[in-house]
Amino acid sequence: MSFSSSYERFFDIPIGPQHPALKEPILLRLIVEGEHVVAADVDVSYTHRGVERAMQERNYIQNIYLAERICGICNVAHTLCYCQNIEGLYDVEIPSRALYIRVLVEELARIHSHLLWLGVAAHEIGFDTLFMYIWRDRERVMDLIEEITGNRVTSAINTIGGVRRDIKPETCDRCLKAMDYLEERIKYYKKVCEIDPTVIARCAGVGILKPKDAIRLCAVGPTLRASNIKNDVRADDPYAVHDEVPFNVIVYDTNDTLARVLVRIDEMLESINMVRYCIEHMPSGPVRVRLKLSPPVGEHLSRVEAPRGELIHYVKSNGTEKPERYKVRTPTFGNIPALCEMLTSKGDYVVNIADVPIAFASIDPCLSCTARVVMLDREKEKLWVGSLDRLRRWRGWG
Amino acid sequence: MAMLLEVFKHLFKKRATLMYPFGDREKIPVPEGLRGKISFNRDLCIGCGLCARFCPSGAAELVEDEKGKRPIFHIDRCLFCAQCEEVCPRKAITLTKTFEIAGFDRSNLVVK
Ligand code: SF4
Ligand code: SF4
Repeated sequence: MSFSSSYERFFDIPIGPQHPALKEPILLRLIVEGEHVVAADVDVSYTHRGVERAMQERNYIQNIYLAERICGICNVAHTLCYCQNIEGLYDVEIPSRALYIRVLVEELARIHSHLLWLGVAAHEIGFDTLFMYIWRDRERVMDLIEEITGNRVTSAINTIGGVRRDIKPETCDRCLKAMDYLEERIKYYKKVCEIDPTVIARCAGVGILKPKDAIRLCAVGPTLRASNIKNDVRADDPYAVHDEVPFNVIVYDTNDTLARVLVRIDEMLESINMVRYCIEHMPSGPVRVRLKLSPPVGEHLSRVEAPRGELIHYVKSNGTEKPERYKVRTPTFGNIPALCEMLTSKGDYVVNIADVPIAFASIDPCLSCTARVVMLDREKEKLWVGSLDRLRRWRGWG
Repeated sequence: MAMLLEVFKHLFKKRATLMYPFGDREKIPVPEGLRGKISFNRDLCIGCGLCARFCPSGAAELVEDEKGKRPIFHIDRCLFCAQCEEVCPRKAITLTKTFEIAGFDRSNLVVK
């Protein structure tokens, strides 16, 4: 390996777990040679909350609200994935109005999440003016979510068997109006991101992830699509009514942070059209079917395209009112190896220490939902992660 | 640079920030159906205990009073998920639009 810098010594810089530049506890170990990062290592296990274990102690209804709290920002994606997963055990048909409302709220949550991220990214590159304007406009989506679901953030709209609230016609009107406003604003932000010298200087060519690396390292979501790979759970494995609601999978081919910004902006514009479609084509009818508290014995897996990428939930039921095993794979977890790749200088591609915050932010990391267990044998000094087969046969620790 | 015109235009527009809690209290939009502080009607409750069974955070606690079993709600633990409102067979529980519930004393945060 040859590096473009003339320094000869490597330094090991630990950033975090508590650091003013990071909003969540993470240990980013950077090996630097002068200004250039030559290797990066990430430890995300500072916020292990034991959610999966806690789920085994609560009944299926209580678990909806626990799943919702895995991640505050993608709470709709988590409840949607959870509810679909449990419904899969019952083998029931969910009323189509309920599915339309699910998609509507899911897309509103996506707009809110991407606007939030865009603001954070602007803040990360020191462009606080953009950050302020974006977050002001984000309030419009938050107000809509509050009106539809009863809360700004944790929406608690999905439940096993449908949704908990119907949507009122006057809310639909207000929703359409807000969509017009947001479309105009988001188009404006797109223009700003395309021409503003600050944004281009800080984002273009930073955090490169080549398509073949993106596939090799199993990147997900906007990070993957910014590397020109057309992959979206909504299109590839449609759930709810995504097979009826038309949308385009957005890809960009510059593989850098600017591409990730633009992918997310274009996705918001797609989401706005999906919200409009959902409102215009929403069928009438019930929004919920009642199901027994204890699902039949079985196992099920469900996938959802959360704002940050593919989200996977797995459940194993033993016929009681509590799951025997629950497993969550959040999108950030899938993007961590890709992040390490982005932060590694290689050949002509150099990563400066100053680029680390924005490259790090570009995967839209959400760490508290990511911390996972590895098993550690203190006597034998062995470290391992459980295999799928072992998880299936799981009967407790040991 | 691309935002200069936008920023300049906003010099002449209304302020977007609400000065809550020092003012603008009435300007905060509180929609119908907000899930806020719980209100409980003792006369309707039959003490079935469903609310306590389904409450995800242990905020609804079943206790005994002179008329029999009944729940009390610890607002400091409540997630405002409205699951108790949903399962109550007698509609004894409603989540109101009150959202200013911060306090210095936990004993004030119990709804009886
Ligand atoms: S609103 Fe939810 S958390 Fe609060 S008491 Fe009711 S069920 Fe429990
Ligand atoms: S569910 Fe309703 S009726 Fe039953 S104990 Fe709770 S408040 Fe009383």
